[in-house]
Amino acid sequence: MDCIIAEAESQRPFECDALTLYSDLPLLVVLPETVEQVQSVLRICHQLSVPVVARGAGTGLSAGAMPHPEGILLCLSKLDRILDIDVLARTARVQPGVSNLRISEAAAHHRLYYAPDPSSQIACTIGGNVSENSGGVHCLKYGLTVHNILSLDVLTVAGEKLTIGSMGLDSPGYDLMALLTGSEGLLGIITEVTVRLLPLPERAQVIMAGFDSVSKAGDAVGAIIAAGIIPAGLEMMDRLAVQAAEDFAQAGYPKEAAAILLCEVDGTAEEVAQHTQEIASLFEQHAATSVTISRDEAQRALLWKGRKAAFPAIGRLSPDYYCMDGTIPRSQLSFVLSEIYRLSEQYALPVANVFHAGDGNLHPLIMFNASDTTAIHRAEEFGAKILELSVSVGGCITGEHGVGVEKLCQMTSQFSTEELLQLEDIKYAFDPALNLNPGKGIPILKRCQEYRALPARHQHD
Amino acid sequence: MTERPYPPCSDDRSEHIINALQQARESSTPVYIKGGGSKQHLIGRSCNYTVLDVGGHRGIIDYQPEELVITARAGTPLVDIIVALEDEGQILSFEPPVFNGAATLGGTLACNLSGPARPWGGSIRDMVLGVKLINGKCEQLNFGGKVIKNVAGYDVPRLQAGALGTLGVLCEVSLKVLPRPDKTLTLCYDMSAQEAVQHMNQQAGQPKPLSGAFWLNGQLHMRLSGTTSAVNSTVTQWGGEIMANDEALWRQLREMTLPFFDDAGALWRFSLQSSAKVRIDFGTTLIDWCGAQRWVHGDHSGEALQQAAVEAGGHVSLFRSGDRNAEVRSPLNSVEQHLQQRLKKAFDPDGILNPGRLYSWL
Ligand SMILES: Cc1cc2nc3c(=O)[nH]c(=O)nc-3n(C[C@H](O)[C@H](O)[C@H](O)COP(=O)(O)OP(=O)(O)OC[C@H]3O[C@@H](n4cnc5c(N)ncnc54)[C@H](O)[C@@H]3O)c2cc1C
Repeated sequence: MDCIIAEAESQRPFECDALTLYSDLPLLVVLPETVEQVQSVLRICHQLSVPVVARGAGTGLSAGAMPHPEGILLCLSKLDRILDIDVLARTARVQPGVSNLRISEAAAHHRLYYAPDPSSQIACTIGGNVSENSGGVHCLKYGLTVHNILSLDVLTVAGEKLTIGSMGLDSPGYDLMALLTGSEGLLGIITEVTVRLLPLPERAQVIMAGFDSVSKAGDAVGAIIAAGIIPAGLEMMDRLAVQAAEDFAQAGYPKEAAAILLCEVDGTAEEVAQHTQEIASLFEQHAATSVTISRDEAQRALLWKGRKAAFPAIGRLSPDYYCMDGTIPRSQLSFVLSEIYRLSEQYALPVANVFHAGDGNLHPLIMFNASDTTAIHRAEEFGAKILELSVSVGGCITGEHGVGVEKLCQMTSQFSTEELLQLEDIKYAFDPALNLNPGKGIPILKRCQEYRALPARHQHD
Repeated sequence: MTERPYPPCSDDRSEHIINALQQARESSTPVYIKGGGSKQHLIGRSCNYTVLDVGGHRGIIDYQPEELVITARAGTPLVDIIVALEDEGQILSFEPPVFNGAATLGGTLACNLSGPARPWGGSIRDMVLGVKLINGKCEQLNFGGKVIKNVAGYDVPRLQAGALGTLGVLCEVSLKVLPRPDKTLTLCYDMSAQEAVQHMNQQAGQPKPLSGAFWLNGQLHMRLSGTTSAVNSTVTQWGGEIMANDEALWRQLREMTLPFFDDAGALWRFSLQSSAKVRIDFGTTLIDWCGAQRWVHGDHSGEALQQAAVEAGGHVSLFRSGDRNAEVRSPLNSVEQHLQQRLKKAFDPDGILNPGRLYSWL
């Protein structure tokens, strides 16, 4: 493939990320093959004051990698080498375009793995993961990206090299690792990542339970935590999601259930045996209508396959769906879900819920038909309502998908003007001319006073 | 939401803090932010400014065990928090030193201090979920929250870890907490430092419930914490001598009250790649954090230490005593320095919050 793409037709595959509602074409798409080339691109853009939008695999769900019409789309996907695995120190040094799953695959024969596992892990890049502070099914126990990386090589907007973090567990000065992680390509371009690797657990087991109401499933989630167990993963799917996933993957889910929980425990063989029994009996105490314990690795993989395929499975039920990402305190689960069902009726749009229940991170999938413009507007309004609801119960507008373009307006429901200005000042500290991914992540109040009343500006296809 | 029976806190001093900061700003006189004072002479450079005492701003505001989240005012003594958690069978997984009860929540976050469990239980930087702070413009701001995941806006809460109060006066902190493990036990082995570094890193690569690995004077100590069954089976597989009264040892290590720390002279802290070989001998070394944190005493040349630290993938700082008017941390290059200064300005444009505490130029 060419390293520079100028024709509109060849640029099409890059016009949006996985949130296809927002799309645009850039001046140029560039696909550098070396860090030096990335540096040259940045230096030129800096001199000419041209916006730069970084892109990994484009699996983002908030339009963070949507091109800028007057800018360069800088794809890091060709920087895809695993540079080094240090088995004794349990670290891997990789380029930003390496996919999440490849790191774990490469580490597997040392009996190590990289813990954060977004459902998009086959495709999404580690550079994208760092930029979004991605989580996954296992982050309840093992943390998010920010907890699993040691060091980054970054190029500033002017193309200056910066190494942040260290091979140790902290570094002198301000913790720029914390700032860069989750910064959505607004503060610098990540050109190398050193991740921490963990020993593969001796054993893992999934306990699946069906419930006849979402509130009972929600209570069971709280009961596990209250019992002092931190499962490796604790996921919930409601009826529509269960049915779609079961039709798609034949995972063996109880289709009659109002909700199911998938709970994975891992650790030493003895620990897993003990926790499996405890959790299975907690599920029964909370009136589970069925409890299934994975009997072998094949069944464990199958139970997860349904969960990991839930998004595409919903995609078969509806021409389009819109995935939300609010987080809430766990205790608010049943209240928030019942509100979401009420809103679903109000907006006349079906909704399926499949989410990280242990973290209180919801993913309502709103189904609609994008050829119907009123449906798009209803879907967006419905989504916005869910995020405001999350904030009102003490949660936040995004747990792992980022703000991107999509949630700029909702930033004003989570933050005060002074707080937004503080975020803006951080942006200015790194990028005074606002050339890195402009118009994403944080509303720039100094530039656009009208944000608080602004409906999202975008094109629909 | 069920309210828990905590006595209502009448010690909200945020207004006093804002007033004091406004005065400092108007008169262009910087303040030194003091919590419990336990770390005033540690970690940072010395600062002789008017003291802004924030230790009185204390009290647990919200604790929901089933949410795994606690929120308290920054001046709350850590021991108060630890006791409240204990009642519910929970812990601060980063095992911070409490320094005779004087350490506060805010000070611990500002210094990013964690104990022996750090490589496995994370740091306070890893566990902080949200902060309320007052920046140098005297604005009271909330970032992060009380939920486990939150990626809206830049991660300002984690940025406070290790910033030594130079970006804002911390007022409230929300932390993720974890259940207390059922059982803890320590295994001992006679080994040289070299062997110990190799051994602890090898064992850390096994899926076992390791929660501490430290070496001193020819003895390696490996702590296991987890379910009773997991700890017991690991003991059988690993062998080694089971230590009696191990709790006291880990407490002394955490609180820096082991005889090793008695030396009143300069105390240096290395933060390194855990598996790094000990290249240069700086005298008796205490190796903690599975090799990632190492301590030495004495009046060494800063450059020699610095060079050794860089070769081992990390950095070195003068933790206690020595010349605290000079720089006490590894130098940063000009690009880094410039960015750090711009960041400081973004929070504290007039430089009233602990200026010079981290670096003379910051
Ligand atoms: C089916 C599906 C399931 C998903 N499941 C999860 C999940 O379980 N958990 C989760 O957290 N997310 C999930 N996601 C969202 C998405 O996969 C993640 O956000 C992922 O980290 C994005 O990686 P990417 O390489 O595709 O980044 P992109 O989408 O290309 O970019 C994301 C952002 O990062 C910036 N960026 C990318 N690379 C760099 C770089 N090298 N330097 C600086 N900035 C950069 C971009 O500008 C953009 O703002 C899912 C998405 C899909 C489609």
